[in-house]
Amino acid sequence: MADPVIQVNQLGKKYLLRHQQTQPYIALRDVITNGAKSIARRVLYPRRSHTKPTREEFWALQDVSFDVQPGDRVGIIGRNGAGKSTLLKLLSRITEPTTGQIRLTGRVASLLEVGTGFHPELTGRENIYLNGAILGMSKVEIKRKFDEIVTFAEVEKFLDTPVKHYSSGMYVRLAFAVAAHLEPEILIVDEVLAVGDAAFQKKCLGKMEDVSKSGKTLLFVSHQMGMVSQLCNQALWLEKGKIVQQGEPQSVITAYLKHGFFNQQNSVVRSAAITNQKSIFIAAAKTLNSLGQPATEFGHIEPIYLHIHCVIQQIKADVLIGVAVKDRLGRKVFTSQTAISPHINTFRAKNLVATMAIPANFLTPGQYFFLISLHIPKVEVLDELDEICEFAIADVGSEFSMYEGLDYGCVFANCQWNLDMLQE
Amino acid sequence: MPPSSPPRLIIEAGRTERQYWQDLWRYRELFYFLSWRDILVRYKQTAIGIVWALIRPLLTMIVFTIVFSNLAKLPSGGVPYPILVFAAMLPWQFFANALSECSNSLIVNSNLIAKVYFPRLIIPISAVIVSFVDFLISGMILLGLMVMYNFVPSWRIVTLPLFTLLAFAAAMGVGLWLAALNVQYRDFRYIVPFIVQFGLYISPVGFSSSIVPEQWRLLYSLNPMVGVIDGFRWAILGSSTSIYWAGFLLSIALVTSILASGIWYFRRMERTFADVI
Repeated sequence: MADPVIQVNQLGKKYLLRHQQTQPYIALRDVITNGAKSIARRVLYPRRSHTKPTREEFWALQDVSFDVQPGDRVGIIGRNGAGKSTLLKLLSRITEPTTGQIRLTGRVASLLEVGTGFHPELTGRENIYLNGAILGMSKVEIKRKFDEIVTFAEVEKFLDTPVKHYSSGMYVRLAFAVAAHLEPEILIVDEVLAVGDAAFQKKCLGKMEDVSKSGKTLLFVSHQMGMVSQLCNQALWLEKGKIVQQGEPQSVITAYLKHGFFNQQNSVVRSAAITNQKSIFIAAAKTLNSLGQPATEFGHIEPIYLHIHCVIQQIKADVLIGVAVKDRLGRKVFTSQTAISPHINTFRAKNLVATMAIPANFLTPGQYFFLISLHIPKVEVLDELDEICEFAIADVGSEFSMYEGLDYGCVFANCQWNLDMLQE
Repeated sequence: MPPSSPPRLIIEAGRTERQYWQDLWRYRELFYFLSWRDILVRYKQTAIGIVWALIRPLLTMIVFTIVFSNLAKLPSGGVPYPILVFAAMLPWQFFANALSECSNSLIVNSNLIAKVYFPRLIIPISAVIVSFVDFLISGMILLGLMVMYNFVPSWRIVTLPLFTLLAFAAAMGVGLWLAALNVQYRDFRYIVPFIVQFGLYISPVGFSSSIVPEQWRLLYSLNPMVGVIDGFRWAILGSSTSIYWAGFLLSIALVTSILASGIWYFRRMERTFADVI
């Protein structure tokens, strides 16, 4: 195996958090109050830590080590604030690490934001040159690729219009087109493909696949699991500045999604005050994964369990428990119900636990929540909870992953297709 | 331009990159593009465009001539007063513009600094280059004035590039200090206009530095622009002006040390610009 193109060793990045100060920069007044001695010290040794009660250390990245082989496509996943962007910034030399070392072999180009350095007053043509130069292309190189960039961005007609008059779609297309024509050995891309329409997204993905096929190395941050599983052959999961898992994307993504219990929002617990007079009520509800752990994020290939705890204060006949799943627009996707009265079998037991399983490969990626009700049909609603236990389904590599973020329906339907060629 | 063997790079805390100056060379076109952008953008949506670069120094020169020559009746040593003023106005305006542009340049380009890597020195240098273009444009006014007053410069005019270089170094040195400090302490945003305004009166722009009493000349030369302006007058006006060499050498030493320390301070601060800005 060839030598790794990226070797990261014990990498760490520390930030100093300043409290009670809204500006990110330091006001000279604070410095002056610290006395002339400290001014000199601060101006001359700004990177030495000054012990001040208003400051707190924060490690955005800590002890991160990994290797990337040439031609690898590495997807970096993790929640907001996990350190993904900091890692990319260190790799692209925008900021300096506090500890550790990075060894890079080859020319690095990074695309952390679409259209960095675009100037609204300049025309499309002028911005292509400017942006190309900022990203490290030479004038000759830009000239050679100019037509290709323009065709890719589909902005031929507006080349001599200032980009401030561009639609946001055109702007993004142009910006990505310039970056996509960089020819580095290592390409670092932050979540920039979440913009643009579906057709263009697909084009960008295609371009990135081309890049990796030509033996180049790609590092890619995304929240869209479908994209990561489609594009990458390696995944790296960061959490609170540390690597939790790395390896084959499917297993890393699945593990990442299972790790949902940090969030307690998925459960509902009701206080006695509201429920005192009710004859039967829902005391708590939460969503669980197949391991029985509370979770709010699921892969589309995982079943989802809704765990409902009811308290029965007074026995009634013909009570049903009904659960509706609603999508983020509030439309009901489906409703499911079961009779609970037959299960109430003793006088003493007051607590009933019901678990509903939503099958795997059923709901499409997106946000959903529940409506749970206890009722006697056509007679009485005994208790009802709406908009609770929100959960998310992520695409971990379905056939529709290329449409991620688009509405292609709420359920995966396993339909029979029959195709025949008609004979003339 | 694929290199024969791929470049290797090691990123570590506090490592002074050997490749920095190579990178500066590799990104040399960015100097051009950033300056070109600023010049292009400056006169977009203005009716008379680049003419503004001529009008501003011209009007200032007229006001100074009226105030210092016609009202204050200061001596000019036999040179037409407008030329005397303009020979100083040229480097002063260059210095003042370059200083303000340079000290603000990092803040204005903070989005670039936070999102892309390139040697940060490019930003303040191209800000000075933009002011240099203005300097060349207003140089045409000087030519116009010489034709108008039928003024023929002596051989000394060929030394003008040297003094221009000195002006460049002075603007660059002070500008680098202020630019780097401005990232940390935005207070310098308010200090710079003050320096520029104040400097116009304490530098020999509206008058000849020969009116400064002899015993104060060396002290007066602590202002690096005194040396630059005297040099400009010496080169342009010819034999009618003399240069105070002790003061001039002091200015050169001062400018050199400010520039060297400016680069040093900038280099040591630039690694954390992206975190602080």
